[in-house]
Amino acid sequence: MSQSINKTMGQTGKVLFIALLCILGVVGIVAFASSETKKDLDLKEMVFGHIGDAYNWHITTVGETHISIPLPCIVYGENGLNVFCASRLGHEGHYKEYNGYKIAEEGDNAGKIIEVSTGQRPVDLSITKNVVSLLISCALLLIIFLSIAKKYNKCKETGYCKPTGLQAILEPLIVSLHDDIIKPSVGKNYKKFSAYLLTVFFFIFLNNVLGIIPIFPGGANLTGNIAVTLVLAVLTFLLTNIFGTKAYWKDIFWPHVPIGLKLPIPIMQFIEILGIFTKPIALCIRLFANMFAGHVMVLVLIGLIFVFSQMSVVAGLGVSVISVLLVVFMSLLECLVCFIQAYVFMTLSALFIGMAQVEEEE
Amino acid sequence: MSLLTPDPGLLFWMLLCFLVVAFILGKWGWPAIVGMIEERGNYIEESLKKADEANAALANIKEEAAKLLSDAKNERLEMLKEASRLKDQMISDAKTQAVAEANKIMDSAKESIQLEKDNAIKDIRSQVAELSVNIAEKIIRGELKDAKAQTDMINKYLDEVNIAKS
Repeated sequence: MSQSINKTMGQTGKVLFIALLCILGVVGIVAFASSETKKDLDLKEMVFGHIGDAYNWHITTVGETHISIPLPCIVYGENGLNVFCASRLGHEGHYKEYNGYKIAEEGDNAGKIIEVSTGQRPVDLSITKNVVSLLISCALLLIIFLSIAKKYNKCKETGYCKPTGLQAILEPLIVSLHDDIIKPSVGKNYKKFSAYLLTVFFFIFLNNVLGIIPIFPGGANLTGNIAVTLVLAVLTFLLTNIFGTKAYWKDIFWPHVPIGLKLPIPIMQFIEILGIFTKPIALCIRLFANMFAGHVMVLVLIGLIFVFSQMSVVAGLGVSVISVLLVVFMSLLECLVCFIQAYVFMTLSALFIGMAQVEEEE
Repeated sequence: MSLLTPDPGLLFWMLLCFLVVAFILGKWGWPAIVGMIEERGNYIEESLKKADEANAALANIKEEAAKLLSDAKNERLEMLKEASRLKDQMISDAKTQAVAEANKIMDSAKESIQLEKDNAIKDIRSQVAELSVNIAEKIIRGELKDAKAQTDMINKYLDEVNIAKS
């Protein structure tokens, strides 16, 4: 009896504590925002600055000092290969030239390294914010799944044992993905593709989750970047078509439709061939747009507080309450989207690969 | 707009990193995990099947045991009945036998008693005869103390004999 009372007391306490934290946070943001009122706030730049790529990992700005991690730049231009620290190029608003390179302030290449002499982009393999995030997530993936695999292998020596810890959390997920999606979607050749599909799912899921964590190791908008989703989509495209069966290609070039639709004008063939390309493009755009939009929504809602605080403290306070509530809601929604998008990408990839695994009909 | 144009640098790193991760996990990660899960699943399924079979066997054994037990009980009951029947029979047999034996003993006893009695009577008879002869002798001797009486006596007997002869 007394235990349950203590429990409910504890829960009420927790709720109160969280509410207090929220209120303090809101007041803090507004106070901070109104202290910044001297400067003009460019909402668009703020939003795109956060979701775009950068040569520095900006953590925070205290007063006039930017606290950020400068990342290595690797460029190959007119004067050969150059490796240098991004801090040599200065920071936003105070760009400097280094070794014939600078960061463009405007134009198509704004925010990117260009050659001072020509204004063209060199071959730029810099370890940018997104690349660092990518490396972190890849390392995490390897650590997590190799350690789990090790646990399974260890178990094998001593007979079968109960999964524990991380293994117990991920096992149901792996099993359900593998048995309920990959196996039925891909068909009997699933073993060849399951490694890719599982890797894709966990890569996207992990990066999505890292993306919605606003502090340092997370916060990069990797899966909301078209380059990343493009690579994944191209890999699915390649796997689908390289391992496509004879029946799959026959269905494309000689589909089961009235002859008038395929000869003399190959209408169906045209549509089928278009379909080969639209499927991965849809994959690429879907993931990119979903994650990108989520980030933009959260940033805009937070940005609203600053916009209204510039007008007056009262307006800022009023808007901030709504904004914070909406951001909490959006973040929860994003948690859901993180999973759904990873799931959708993997399921569709499995389906596309499965469709190309059709056997000749008897 | 740079948002929709993929950055070649990131493309390169992404392709490299992803392929490396997919290769490593594909070689040492997923096969171990998925294979082990499948193997364990099969093992569990098999174990459950075995357990089911064992249960069925156990139920069979129990049934058999119960049957055996009831059989044994019946048999015991039968044996007890038989035993009690045998006991009764033995007792009655013994009784009749005892009665017969007793009768036989009684008969032979009676017989021997009769024999003894006869013998005794015979004995008594002979003794009585002897005694009477002795007594007669003694009486006669008493009477024949003098010669005259003796001669009288002899004559008397001689007469008797003569008379008998004639």
